[in-house]
Amino acid sequence: MRLPSGGLIDRSHPIRFSYDGHSYQGVQGDTLASALIANGLKTVARSFKYHRPRGIMTAGSEEPNALVTLGHGAGQEPNLRATTLELYEGLAARSQNCWPSVNFDLLALNDLAAPFFGAGFYYKTFMWPRAFWEMLYEPAIRRAAGLGALSGLPDEDRYERAFAHCDLLVIGAGPAGLMAALEAARAGADVILADEDSRMGGRLNADLTEVDGRPGPDWAADVAADLAQMDNVRCMSRTTVTGAYDHGTFSAVERVAMHLPHPGDAPREAFWRIVAKRAVLATGALERPVAFQNNDRPGIMMAGAVRSYLNRYAVAPGRSVAVFGNNDSAHATARALIDHGIHVAALIDSRPGVQTDLDVPLYHGQVCGSEGRKGLEAISIATASGIEKVQADCLAVSGGWNPSLHLTCHMNGRPQWDESTAAFHPRPGMVPGLEPVGAANGVFTTADALAQGRKAAQAALTDLGLKPANIPLPKAEDGAYDITPLWSVPGRGRAWLDFQNDVTVKDVKLAAQESYRSVEHMKRYTTQGMAPDQGKNSNMGALAVLADATGRSIPETGTTTYRAPYTPTTLGAIAAGARGKGFAPERFTTSHAASEEAPMVEAGLWYRPSYFPKPGESYWRESCDREVGYVRNAVGICDVSTLGKIDIQGQDAGEFLDFVYTNMFSTLKVGRTRYGLMLREDGHVMDDGTTARLGEHHYLMTTTTAAAGQVMRHLAFVHQCLRPALDVQFISVTEQWAQFAVAGPKSRELLNSLLDHDITGETFSFMGCGDVSLGGVSARLFRISFSGEHAYEIAVPARYGESLFRLLRARAETLGGGAYGMEALNVLRIEKGFITHSEIHGRVTAFDVGLQGMMSKKKDFVGKTASERPGLMDPDRERLVGLKPTGPVKQLTAGAHLFNLGEDAVRQNDQGYITSVGFSPTLGHFLGLGFLRNGPDRIGEEIRMVDHVRGIETTAEVCHPVFFDPQGGRARD
Amino acid sequence: MIELLAKTPCDGLLPRTIGTVTLTEISFEAITSVAPLTGQEDAVSGTLKAQMGAAFPKPGRTTGKAHARAVWSGLGQALVLGPALQPIPGAAMTDQTDAWACVALEGDGARDVLARLTPLDLRPSVFRQGHAARTELAHMSAVLMRTGESRYGIMAFRSMAKTLVHDVTEAMTSVAARTRL
Repeated sequence: MRLPSGGLIDRSHPIRFSYDGHSYQGVQGDTLASALIANGLKTVARSFKYHRPRGIMTAGSEEPNALVTLGHGAGQEPNLRATTLELYEGLAARSQNCWPSVNFDLLALNDLAAPFFGAGFYYKTFMWPRAFWEMLYEPAIRRAAGLGALSGLPDEDRYERAFAHCDLLVIGAGPAGLMAALEAARAGADVILADEDSRMGGRLNADLTEVDGRPGPDWAADVAADLAQMDNVRCMSRTTVTGAYDHGTFSAVERVAMHLPHPGDAPREAFWRIVAKRAVLATGALERPVAFQNNDRPGIMMAGAVRSYLNRYAVAPGRSVAVFGNNDSAHATARALIDHGIHVAALIDSRPGVQTDLDVPLYHGQVCGSEGRKGLEAISIATASGIEKVQADCLAVSGGWNPSLHLTCHMNGRPQWDESTAAFHPRPGMVPGLEPVGAANGVFTTADALAQGRKAAQAALTDLGLKPANIPLPKAEDGAYDITPLWSVPGRGRAWLDFQNDVTVKDVKLAAQESYRSVEHMKRYTTQGMAPDQGKNSNMGALAVLADATGRSIPETGTTTYRAPYTPTTLGAIAAGARGKGFAPERFTTSHAASEEAPMVEAGLWYRPSYFPKPGESYWRESCDREVGYVRNAVGICDVSTLGKIDIQGQDAGEFLDFVYTNMFSTLKVGRTRYGLMLREDGHVMDDGTTARLGEHHYLMTTTTAAAGQVMRHLAFVHQCLRPALDVQFISVTEQWAQFAVAGPKSRELLNSLLDHDITGETFSFMGCGDVSLGGVSARLFRISFSGEHAYEIAVPARYGESLFRLLRARAETLGGGAYGMEALNVLRIEKGFITHSEIHGRVTAFDVGLQGMMSKKKDFVGKTASERPGLMDPDRERLVGLKPTGPVKQLTAGAHLFNLGEDAVRQNDQGYITSVGFSPTLGHFLGLGFLRNGPDRIGEEIRMVDHVRGIETTAEVCHPVFFDPQGGRARD
Repeated sequence: MIELLAKTPCDGLLPRTIGTVTLTEISFEAITSVAPLTGQEDAVSGTLKAQMGAAFPKPGRTTGKAHARAVWSGLGQALVLGPALQPIPGAAMTDQTDAWACVALEGDGARDVLARLTPLDLRPSVFRQGHAARTELAHMSAVLMRTGESRYGIMAFRSMAKTLVHDVTEAMTSVAARTRL
């Protein structure tokens, strides 16, 4: 019911929205919750387990009941709290966890079976038969229970991640936070003020407390406006600080466009990482309920929330309202109701002897029950003289206030119990640099909140070397917070502690009885404090009941662990910017645009052509076989720019390379290239590649594509940590050069048709290198071969890469060749027994790949000593061999394992495994490379190959790994 | 004789203006890495200054001015952006002209755009004109420098130019859309 006047709303801006398909009207400034109350809706949800009707209970992000789903399809977002959803034109919300409707829910039958559904019911009941749990029980239970559902579709909304830095982060813009922000801002500090609400002011907007002789909301709005126009202040409303992390880092989620009907390109939410030198925690406090029989009936809500609805939203949650509490908050609510002309049916105070000057019926006692079909109709009050029944359609409850100290606990701090406020308070220094103030610090008067806010800001300013501004402290109310603890009212029936998870006092007692005495065990056994609200309403009550049931004090019992995020955070926001290809950059070669027909394969971040299909080819193997033929018979072109290239200079460059490679490079002649092998410090192979000597003190190292970054890092480590005295500098030039393999018997012919000056076998002999030019552009030419053919690699500055690739390809085609991709490259190198990271996968030694001869005995190098450890040169190790199929199955598969003939294909009999395979069009059959126990001594043996994953089995002959042109004449020719 | 055609890293992708911020490709005559060899730091800095008017930059700094700038790019290493350099005795020098996609981000809100891409503290009082950083920018290793009141230079690997433009323009789109709210 909308009140005729008042409220921080704009009545001139009506807003149409729908709830469960029915159309309603609210006004600008409403939340969905206040608009539903304005339209007289009481039951807005069904509970998690028993499907009991539930109503709006709070006016903030702690709401356990009023969860709704917005949107459809990919944009569907469940479990949104109606209490924080700002109303916008066309908002369409749906209730959850009910069928067919929230008012008539068939699964409410669960409620009748409630005696069976106590804590641990599922654990105890669905034990047998064991297989039924996954097949039958769990799916059925999951269908019946649960809150909102995801669409299962990829989220198409825009999200954003962002970083911010400041001197002082103020979390919460109530009186304490505003005061802290203003003090720091006036002193010239960089301030970020974040508040989860759309409107700054915190409880001032709900309680209308006077500050500085003016209504609280006016004072708050003025301060917020002041702050907003200062250059050194960033005011972030709709922003929830969700976690506190090391080094003053905080996570925060900003609802950027969730409150707008037409967001345009604006993100729905932004995930912020805020780094602050100091922080002030002014998050206020959350009011807690009292457990009594049927305290979950729609119409029963928090006393402070009732004030919020009356004062801020000008809606009345009832016509005849009872108020029940153990502290002065209840009296404040009764007063607010009277001020708004609403009938107060009863004021029930559990504290003995407390009086009121309000003209309301005052009961000294406790509410012990409620009645009503779809919403509250009457309450029962237990007093010294017996039980009395009072008619009321709304009950405002206050069991006291819990400081919102969650963030102080995010770095493993535990709060301390404070007897006078019957609440946990933060301890000093729980999060370094973060100072809790005001209600978050257990201080419950506005005057104290303002003073603490200013004081904390001043302390932060002093730490930062800034002079405090010492802004005057405004006058505000300074009453006492008088509370006598009351957690649960004794009596029969179910008294709810956790509304979101349907956990009752009895459940907690049962947990204790069944030896789940630790608060963490109780939580997991009963599910209390889980799900979206994380027990914001219920944790204190539940642990107090547990303490009582186990005969311990509340501080002895302790709290469960507070973890980030403070409020539910969408994965969309957390993953902002990292969806799909946003996860990692894409690297494209210069020839990418000239390789359009080629399916791409990802090699690290690079995209490389797999093969270049021609019209009429229906299967990749056809293309691959053809491309292999180009190289073996004519000439093939392949972009090899992705290989790492490192330019190394300095008078000690040779010595440096001698130390990182197993073989010698200081002896390499200028204008020559050599294959090198690099070990990790543990003696296993790290990488291989060719290194060219371009000048006396100038080398160019080539790494594999996969290990380019690792090798660069390794070189930096070796230089900085192991050999700092060497005068050497190095830098990656991978990106500077576009490099292409020109391979095949006609490779020189092709090059000479392009180069400004012809090359010959003398000027560029095998493993030679040097400068050339094409069309006046300087290039580098290396006569190296990864195919075993007469081959070159030519490198030009990357700007010319695409152009050169097109030329090379076109010329190759006129010579009966063309471009080849990764598949053909792989077949070519397997035919030659050349290794890649499929073989040097991190667990093999130089000995294993048959390259022990490359480990120089004349010098020390990284990994030398470790490679000589016992066992690393044991002949019985799995060592590199070639394989070809012998049985009727003519296929080998990579990843298959090897076994002796006649032995079971089980782990204990494992003889090795296959690392690379390919069909060799040159030789007409499959080839494989793999590792076999004592392999090189078993050449000619027949072995059994079993691929357990693909279900393929064959026999294979163990061969020398070099299948084709073992003398290497073709490359040297 | 054949003719090789040159393409810039961001060919066909830039310039883009979204809202008040513009992203433009910058092409330098040359980019040269300069790394003084042992004990040659001062001499190299002196020669560099004589050649192009800017000394060897300190860590996290740039020297010089537009089209003749040196930017610190790592331990004992700077990238000289602008004129092609003559050999400097005592320095390891490497041609990097084609290795980098270089762009300028300029306009009101440029800093807000960067705040969506890099975790660096870019407050004007912290990241001043003449400051530079090797940093992570949208998962990419980048060189970032502030070259004007609201102008920043960004260098990323040439092969990542498409991702660079995509991610920066996405951030520009969000920033522009926010100002319209």
